[in-house]
Amino acid sequence: MSNSNLGNIDWVSILVYFLLVIFGWVNIYSASLSEDATSYFDLNQPYGKQALWIGLSIFFIIIILATESKFFERFSSIIYIVSLISLLGLFVFGKTISGATSWYVFGGISIQPSEFAKTATALALAKYISDLQTNIKRFNHQIKAFLILILPALLIIGQPDAGSALVYAAFVFTMYREGITGIYLFLGFLAVTVFVLTLLFGATALVLTSLFVGILVYFFTKNKKNLVSKLLIYLAGIALFSFSVNYVFNNVFKQHHRDRFNIVLGKKVDAKGIGYNTNQSEIAIGSGGWFGTGWTQGTQTKGGFVPEQHTDYIFSTVGEEWGFVGSVLVILLFSILIIRALYIAERQRSQFSRVYCYSVASILFIHFFVNVGMVIGVVPTVGIPLPFFSYGGSGLWGFTMLVFIMIKLDADRMKKSF
Amino acid sequence: MRKLLLLIIVVFTAIGFSARLFYLQIFDTSYENLSRSNAVKILYDYPQRGYIFDRNGKLLVANQPSYDVMGIPREIKAFDTLEFCKILNITKEHLQKQLKKARVYSRQLPSVIVPQLTKSEYAYLQEKMWKYEGFYIQKRSLRDYKTTTAANVLGFIGEVNNRIIKKRPYYRSGDLIGKQGIESAYENELRGVKGVKYIQKDRLNREIGPYKQGKLDTLPVRGKDLHLTIDIDLQEYGKKLMQNKRGGIVALEPSSGEILALVTAPSYDPDLLVGRKRSANYTKMYYDTIRKPLYDRGLLAEYPPGSPFKTINALIALEEGVINPEDRLSCYHGYVYGSRGRKMGCHSHPSPVNLVKGIAVSCNSYFAQVYRKIIEKYKPPQVGLDNWRKHLQSFGFGNFLGYDLPPGRPGRIPSAAYYDKIYPARNWRATTTLSNAIGQGEVVTTPIQLANMTAAIANRGFYYTPHMLKKIDYKPNPEPKFTTKNKTTISPIHFEKVIEGMAEVFTKGTASFLQVPGISICGKTGTAENFTKIDGVRTQLTDHSIFIAFAPKDNPKIALAVFVENGYWGARYAGRISSLMIEKYIKKEITLKRMEDWVLSHSLEEEYAKPLSGEPFKINQ
Repeated sequence: MSNSNLGNIDWVSILVYFLLVIFGWVNIYSASLSEDATSYFDLNQPYGKQALWIGLSIFFIIIILATESKFFERFSSIIYIVSLISLLGLFVFGKTISGATSWYVFGGISIQPSEFAKTATALALAKYISDLQTNIKRFNHQIKAFLILILPALLIIGQPDAGSALVYAAFVFTMYREGITGIYLFLGFLAVTVFVLTLLFGATALVLTSLFVGILVYFFTKNKKNLVSKLLIYLAGIALFSFSVNYVFNNVFKQHHRDRFNIVLGKKVDAKGIGYNTNQSEIAIGSGGWFGTGWTQGTQTKGGFVPEQHTDYIFSTVGEEWGFVGSVLVILLFSILIIRALYIAERQRSQFSRVYCYSVASILFIHFFVNVGMVIGVVPTVGIPLPFFSYGGSGLWGFTMLVFIMIKLDADRMKKSF
Repeated sequence: MRKLLLLIIVVFTAIGFSARLFYLQIFDTSYENLSRSNAVKILYDYPQRGYIFDRNGKLLVANQPSYDVMGIPREIKAFDTLEFCKILNITKEHLQKQLKKARVYSRQLPSVIVPQLTKSEYAYLQEKMWKYEGFYIQKRSLRDYKTTTAANVLGFIGEVNNRIIKKRPYYRSGDLIGKQGIESAYENELRGVKGVKYIQKDRLNREIGPYKQGKLDTLPVRGKDLHLTIDIDLQEYGKKLMQNKRGGIVALEPSSGEILALVTAPSYDPDLLVGRKRSANYTKMYYDTIRKPLYDRGLLAEYPPGSPFKTINALIALEEGVINPEDRLSCYHGYVYGSRGRKMGCHSHPSPVNLVKGIAVSCNSYFAQVYRKIIEKYKPPQVGLDNWRKHLQSFGFGNFLGYDLPPGRPGRIPSAAYYDKIYPARNWRATTTLSNAIGQGEVVTTPIQLANMTAAIANRGFYYTPHMLKKIDYKPNPEPKFTTKNKTTISPIHFEKVIEGMAEVFTKGTASFLQVPGISICGKTGTAENFTKIDGVRTQLTDHSIFIAFAPKDNPKIALAVFVENGYWGARYAGRISSLMIEKYIKKEITLKRMEDWVLSHSLEEEYAKPLSGEPFKINQ
């Protein structure tokens, strides 16, 4: 503690963090309330346990703030390797809960290593990129950075928990910030667009439209040098991708994957079957109106109509009981935290701290975007938690560490020795 | 750009999510209803429908309990359909149809599966009800009729259809609503307000207590009792007199516009449309296009008014000052007019006649000349005709009267524009439209309009809009429309001569054999030619028998119009029925026994069968 400089600590992040955690608990309480509850801290109820996890996070926070900043940089490789081992160990010692072998169970407590692996990967990536030997603009270094990301992601896919693995896409933002070419992002964006449009309108229609656009571009471009060959490559790429999307979607995807996409694209309405979760959560949110039904007054929440409401679908409780005002407030808090993290990243002197903080912002954003998007029905169903809100000790601790390592690094940013 | 990309994405995401939330929570209100049906069960408590009494406080319509089998599709488990159908006496196909209908309406709201059980079905089913999960029995009240007449006045109640449910959210599938008559016109008063209980449920459909601590629950409000203006004894007597005849009787109290009797024949017993037999009976009557028992002739039938129309032409002529009541006009078995010597025929009677005599003997020739004078007072005839029409409209002709029963017809009083359309050269004259003088031709009226005209004559120049409702909830009908005097355009002094003529109809004229001892009646006979199409050929049928009357002459208590289809001439059927109705209402007993016997024993069914027989037939015999 003596070496750290708490005068430089970022109180905005800490305040937003606590607001989110407390408001999250308030909603977990409502979503998991039952008649045989005795007190707010009844350890037989999810909300009681969550209160305990929140208490323990304070303990983690103190430890992190008391640790030397250098520790995180120096030990990042070891932390990363330990994290990989813990993921590997799941295949031997892990416990399977609802189809995914993602947990270690010690007595009554389950730990989900993938929630901590994000922090470890962020540290490892920061370490690698900030290494003086590394030039991220070079292709073979990009491959190495990519390996750091893909290893934990592959282990998580193996559990199988594709949702949690998706989070590793967040690091693309970090890499872009650090200098990889924008073509990767552009190609990624184009791929998603072509993917969605192919599902909506079919491959043939899309290719014909692209051809039309290409012809228009040809006629309206003055400098026609190499234009035809460029356009042909563009067209061939789109056609190839579009038809392979068609093929993969129909022949490789399983029916429940197809359904998840079709529901979000509005091609399939099935309120009782696969679409039940999304439909129920939209109903719950929609019944909130401007100010909501009031705390613990939501009929949908009380009736338990939304599955997984205290975990992945916790935002539907916010929507129902706190209304438009409460939901937008939560969106604002998340946006503030993410933007604050971006701001913090940019004011770092060391590249290690900058890369790490930028990764924090990216990870928080992906979680926020995918989870809230799923609950309000604009993103396909992907089971990842809403940071600080969703019930679960591992998740809360993982995000607490993620954020407070950032705060610690930031607090020490002025130190020359660092 | 590199530094800003994620920032921009975050900002756009926040805006996009907020917009989506705005759509879900504020803009699209359907989600709110969905959440209600999801988590909240609604139980209704149906109040008793209001009673209906006649003007003297006699109970006409009460309630009887009835039991409906309700089902909530999503809660229905597999059950013994065979036994279920056997208890309820329905076919399996019918049951499946009902269940499908219920599913289409709503999976979580209850629908009526089998309506209106008999008491024995109910008793037996209740024993076995535990076997049928998702079904329950709902008590409702059905109508219990204490009279076998006045079905056209009372109307009936039936299940709401989907169109009504969409338009009026108060109603749920299976609710009963007034259809036709008083039940429909005063539906909101009669039905009361159903009570609602909201019960919070969880996703396994278990009830977990009252919703919002019962704050939104309401108690049912009983329907209001209504007193009608009809005299049920008079109504029943009218129905008796009209047996084996077709037509209508409309009797009014001139001093108030209250409808004392509104008889249509043929009609039906209102009890036929109660309970499960309703649908079958209704369909049967609906498709009876020959007798049309559901057709309220008193309100809907548009007939040429015939000679009673002469009285009003006389009044218009007096008001316009185109005749002197003492001037006598000649009749040579008719009236010859126009350059080609066309003739409007008349029956034999002493000639010439003045106004009083003209009405008493119903001289066509006299009124043809009176009508010409009215129209020809102004030039061109268009102006004269529209002026004539204005007077008629002040009596309520040519438009809906505005009474408080649902069905109605405007009738027709032709305007100048009407004739201009028929004669595009606009070269028509008063004589072209001469049939209007004697209530034939283009003029058509409904019986209630004629009765209303009679009331206006009885009142010497004004009328109250006819109405059916005397009291709501034991308090007088609050509708100001029914207590506002409608003044006609005719000055009161002109009525005396016409009334004198109408009195002479009874003392010396066409209805002298219809006098009622001790009551001075004023009336007017009418005989209207009418036609039908048989195999596309316009064929004349036996004339309609029409009569209007009011009594007593001074301080009148009753004014009525009687229409008997194909009754040959005015006094023959309609006149006799009028006298009997008047005696019945004023004396409360019948002394004219022979006349009553004659009416009851004479049937027109043979006459009605003629045009359908497919063989040539003779009329007016």
